[in-house]
Amino acid sequence: MLNFFKKNPEAAQPEERSPTWAERLKQGLTRTRKQITGQFDALFSGGKIDEDVYEELETILLTSDVGISATQALLEEVRKEVKRQSLDDTTQLREALKEALIKLLEPLAQPLDTAGHQPYVIMLAGVNGAGKTTTIGKLAWSLQRQGKSVLIAAGDTFRAAAREQLQAWGERNDVHVIAQEGGDPAAVIFDAVNSAKARGIDVVLADTAGRLPTQLNLMEEIRKVHRVIGKALPGAPHEVLLVLDANTGQNAVTQVKAFDDALKVTGLALTKLDGTAKGGVIAAIAKERPIPIRFIGVGEQIDDLQIFNAREFVEALFA
Amino acid sequence: MFDNLTGRLAGVIKNLRGQARLTEENIQDAMREVRMALLEADVALPVVKDFIAHVKERAQGREVLQSLTPGQAVIQVVHEELTKLMGGGTASLNLAAVPPAIILMSGLQGSGKTTTSAKLARLLKEQKKKVLLVSADVYRPAAIEQLKTLGQQLEIDCFDSNAGQKPADIARDALDYAKRHFHDVMIFDTAGRLAIDDAMMDEIRQLHAQLNPIETLFVVDAMQGQDAVNTARAFNEVLPLTGVILTKLDGDARGGAALSVRHITGCPIKYVGVSEKVDGLEPFHPERMASRILGMGDVLSLIEQAQKNVDIDEARKLAEKVKSGKNFDLEDFKAQMQQMRKMGGVGALMDKMPAQVAGMAAGMSSEAGDKAMSRIEGIINSMTPLERRKPELIKASRKRRIATGAGVQVQEVNRLLNQFEEMQKMMKMFSKGGMAKMMRAMAGRFPGMR
Repeated sequence: MLNFFKKNPEAAQPEERSPTWAERLKQGLTRTRKQITGQFDALFSGGKIDEDVYEELETILLTSDVGISATQALLEEVRKEVKRQSLDDTTQLREALKEALIKLLEPLAQPLDTAGHQPYVIMLAGVNGAGKTTTIGKLAWSLQRQGKSVLIAAGDTFRAAAREQLQAWGERNDVHVIAQEGGDPAAVIFDAVNSAKARGIDVVLADTAGRLPTQLNLMEEIRKVHRVIGKALPGAPHEVLLVLDANTGQNAVTQVKAFDDALKVTGLALTKLDGTAKGGVIAAIAKERPIPIRFIGVGEQIDDLQIFNAREFVEALFA
Repeated sequence: MFDNLTGRLAGVIKNLRGQARLTEENIQDAMREVRMALLEADVALPVVKDFIAHVKERAQGREVLQSLTPGQAVIQVVHEELTKLMGGGTASLNLAAVPPAIILMSGLQGSGKTTTSAKLARLLKEQKKKVLLVSADVYRPAAIEQLKTLGQQLEIDCFDSNAGQKPADIARDALDYAKRHFHDVMIFDTAGRLAIDDAMMDEIRQLHAQLNPIETLFVVDAMQGQDAVNTARAFNEVLPLTGVILTKLDGDARGGAALSVRHITGCPIKYVGVSEKVDGLEPFHPERMASRILGMGDVLSLIEQAQKNVDIDEARKLAEKVKSGKNFDLEDFKAQMQQMRKMGGVGALMDKMPAQVAGMAAGMSSEAGDKAMSRIEGIINSMTPLERRKPELIKASRKRRIATGAGVQVQEVNRLLNQFEEMQKMMKMFSKGGMAKMMRAMAGRFPGMR
């Protein structure tokens, strides 16, 4: 049970291997990059810019889950740029597209700052299977390494053994997990916040059960959880982190909108970017509902939760 | 789920309908719209291309051009091709093996394998099979506990594996256990894995060789995007997949993954997951899905849902009253609303309606509708039984009491009473004039629908 992050039993001391951030991201995004740039390389190998190139470009962006409206905006941008600088070569087109993507994503690269409140309450939300519980594990680990004391509230009282999953993790990393047998998620988190206040804990990570935005009763429930946290500690939760699976298609945009409408989402975490999924949906989100992207998950190891950086993300994609 | 695709195609089709003759150009327009709609719905590009090519070829064929209503003919072609793409008829599990028949579950992390395993076990238990659940997910903390807990809830045997064991050892021991205890079916849940994780893919390949399952199911999240096609291909290369289960279909994802995965693997979609609860697994109906995509509405599912959730006797009584237009009181009004809610609320209902009906209700948000319904229920609950039977009794002072009781303004009570009166009139109309008249009268008079 203890090999949570497989293939790397010494995950607890990752500083020993410590590849740089960019390396790690590049590794994680290799597939993404291959996928996109494989297509791009063929496209950008020089030659004249014509309508076929744009059409091909549109196709590529769409198949990367960028979505129609963001794709069109990006292409519009690139077209303008081509006209303005009177570019006539497809290689220059690549730079123009890169810049357009960076321009779209840059404003969203805002890391999470847990200073300023004590305890700082982070509430996690998301659809089923997005990776909320795993993200909490990674997040707690990285916060602890920054010297913060962490408390986890096992607010997923619905899914079988969700509590045990967190407890297993907490035991190993010496983080206290507040949990109740069954019970009400709001009550569990309320207790956790109070307990954190009493013990002078720095950060509270509140897990919630996965839910689809169409389940109105569950969306109502999570609103209540949010309200109750505010009662335990006025002004809390300080961060509502929506966890998104990078494999998700255009529904990610719907998810962001729905959770934002319900909870006022303050940050996003994009998980599972180490697969073949391209994560292009970030661009669609940036276009439709710009919310800061706090973290990206680029692997299964405990330190594979990274701060989102637009330029490096785009660079890694095009490298 | 296929909301926008439905909308888009409905739009295309509307345009086609208005045209007397199909030309090269307007077919081209329609196909472009279909392409965009499919892409927006997360159908993978190669699949879209194939689909468009097929449809276009057939749309230019004689059957369409010679048809008196070429627009309709194109819709027909699109519908048929969509159904075909999703795999013709309904497919069920193949359990014809020397017991225990083994079902191997595979898929990405978080696609819903463990939950689906339990749902599947429940389904088989209902068919009087003795089922053994086995979890070989030794990686995710408490994954094995999750399956054990679910097994306990459902009173289904769960093999006692633990995270210290190797998956191969679990497979060997579980198989031995199942044989000794005469289980008919063994459902073998595995850890989620990425298709590019060679070590993990090798592990599941070996598990497959060791277990020799009769069914190897691939569990796919209906929300998956373009990458569904890559993942499906990679799993299909490593494992001889025999079927697909599509999960989280109760969300509002447009579900293009269904089309992609079917097309790439050639495996039938055997079941769909439609709720978090353990009974939320249903057979997949390609033709219904195609109808729904095309804006023809998923009326069949609606009827099934109604049968499952609605008290038949009560419904019959209600129908009698509605038909006669007599004795329809506020109590019945409330009952009607409660039944509607049982079927998933206004939103779920509208989702399954044909585009024309749904269009009528456009502008009404389903949430607002559901909210309005619960307010109305609150008001009715604040009335005495006598008042519910004879709403004409309710005058100013009673109204004030009811409003206070329900925590609303007196105006809202008034509005409800007016609405109810209109409804009664409608019922009478219905008993005389039939459905069409009633539909016309209904627009704008239903709670939230204005």
